Amino acid sequence: MIEVKLFATFREGREKAYSLSAEKFHTASEILKELDIPEKDVAILLINGFHSRPESAVADGDTVSLFPPVAGG
Amino acid sequence: MSGAYYEKTARINLTTGEIKVEKLDLDTARKFIGGRGLGTKLLYDEGVAVCEPLSPENKLIYITGPMTGTSTPSSGRYMVVTKSPLTGMIACANSGGVWGAKLKFAGWDALIVEGAAEEWTYITVEDDRIELHSAKEYMGLMSEELDEKLKEKYGASASVLSIGVAGENQSLLAAVMNDKDRAAGRSGVGAVQGSKKLKAIVVKASRKQLDNIYDLAELKEANKRALKVISENPVTSSGLRALGTAVLVNIINSVGSLPTRNWQESYAEYADQVSGEALAEKYLVKPGACYHCPIVCGRIINCNGRVVGGPEYEPLWAYGPDCGVSDLNAVDESNMWCNEYGLDAIGTPTTIAAAMELYQRGYIKEEECDGVPLEWGSAEAIVEWTKRMGDPKSPLAKLMSSGSARLCEAYGHPEISMSVKKQEIPAYDARGIQGIGLNYATANCGAAHVRGYTISPEILGLPQQLDRTTTEGKAEWVKIFQDLTAVIDSMGNCLFTSFAMGAQEYADLLNAATGTSWTTEQLLEIGDRIYNIERMFNKAAGMKPEDDRLPKRLLEEPITNGPSKGMVSALPEMLPLYYAARGWEGAFPTDETLKKLGLDECVGK
Repeated sequence: MIEVKLFATFREGREKAYSLSAEKFHTASEILKELDIPEKDVAILLINGFHSRPESAVADGDTVSLFPPVAGG
Repeated sequence: MSGAYYEKTARINLTTGEIKVEKLDLDTARKFIGGRGLGTKLLYDEGVAVCEPLSPENKLIYITGPMTGTSTPSSGRYMVVTKSPLTGMIACANSGGVWGAKLKFAGWDALIVEGAAEEWTYITVEDDRIELHSAKEYMGLMSEELDEKLKEKYGASASVLSIGVAGENQSLLAAVMNDKDRAAGRSGVGAVQGSKKLKAIVVKASRKQLDNIYDLAELKEANKRALKVISENPVTSSGLRALGTAVLVNIINSVGSLPTRNWQESYAEYADQVSGEALAEKYLVKPGACYHCPIVCGRIINCNGRVVGGPEYEPLWAYGPDCGVSDLNAVDESNMWCNEYGLDAIGTPTTIAAAMELYQRGYIKEEECDGVPLEWGSAEAIVEWTKRMGDPKSPLAKLMSSGSARLCEAYGHPEISMSVKKQEIPAYDARGIQGIGLNYATANCGAAHVRGYTISPEILGLPQQLDRTTTEGKAEWVKIFQDLTAVIDSMGNCLFTSFAMGAQEYADLLNAATGTSWTTEQLLEIGDRIYNIERMFNKAAGMKPEDDRLPKRLLEEPITNGPSKGMVSALPEMLPLYYAARGWEGAFPTDETLKKLGLDECVGK
């Protein structure tokens, strides 16, 4: 399975986390499509804690974390 | 036209009671902009670098920037510049709210407070009139009650700056508070105010806006452009308003760089329970803004039935995962007590975290804990020990109120203090994010994230995404971020504007308001100048090259869990490159660098 974690405003109208089949999803982009999150709205895309891109490959056991544009200090 | 400076400072001697009005030298002001830069230059020239920080010889400069109180974005900042009793080096603690803008409306660029009063005193500034009063009846009050009492006396339009009980006790973690819950939080500036027996400064002004802008029409245009950039940027237009800085808890945890249990781990399974998302869901009443701020990052929360200022990212992390705590209400309450007692909401919880590790290892004994053991994850411990540090009675509470470096040294284990230059490190693990470690090590005020916030490029991808795990180019990034930050601080705008604005926007605003014609290159050179005079203050104060360091844990003990497991800081690789980029040798500017930056007064020192 691929664990997908959503944060900040991405949680509005969605769950905080999803477990998706690794057989069905091969890139982060496919996951975004499934969750109805436009690529342009994603500011930080992490795969296993490392910055990645929508076209990055995902595999069984991966954790994908998605954040909209946010900052702090 | 003096252009956004009133060219007027007040020198208030609390020993003699004498108050002198002094003319600000405009050339000097422009050379250092104002705020942090000008404040440091003034303090350097006062010759206090060698003084004992809590003696009457030290001076406290409350200073605005030229943009403070203007119509430009987030322009309510003022700074407290002094020699820090925590670090023994330069302190410049920066705060928002409305107090700074009102000081400017009253017609003052800065107040220089010197000497020490015999009896507890407070100052009133009502336009031109500055007076000293007995503060006897206000002693021992919490920040909120003090604010209310002084406003009852001086009217709702008054703004109050004060120290809490922590400052009265000269805790080295004491903040200077203003407008109830805003804090010039770091480096123990509240202890210096306490050492002068100065409880509060009340400001009232007839002006409701500045009337000395150099080119009002041009400022309006530049401001329009700046506001457009802010409103078009998703972070500054809606991101910070929605969740505040607290949104970082989940981000930094997700990259495995959220220090946990005093940096023994860097990832917490329960981080989401003390996150910005949880705060918004459970306790948020509304977002809160400082003077003239379109970003609105503040949190107004419900805490046990009281409506109070809520925690930023830093205290959420420090009281939360750094103390192993997942109880958000206890974190909120502890943060509230920091504001009420006037304590640094970074230094206080991180010192509790260090005490918890000393307890874990058996160095602090249960019998020293007066019924509240310093156990990881204890909600009771973070609340109770915060209150104890605010008004310390027991030997352990007294020691803890002097910060983690002194605490850990007293127990014979200085390596447990996660501090640089004796100031506690904030919420980003320098093993998983390389550039921020270089900034911690070289920040003139001791460990601080708000001197060169490389988290922007290394984590948030602003203005571009850097690889957080590598050192390549980081020396140059740190230098430029430190220099631009010095400019923004000195102008009196909030650093958060820089998530959207760039050097050109700042130059346009400053030039229109003050009549200068700085290019962006010149502006960054001023930032470099400010950074260098801070460093020369530290040199005069006795700083040694080895003070540019990180704790051994970050250099030698790899991260033990989470996505960044196995990483250590590569500071030794970056430091020589940083010194080269700055034109420094052995941690200090060469005479050639000083001359190039127009710091002739520092040459040969």
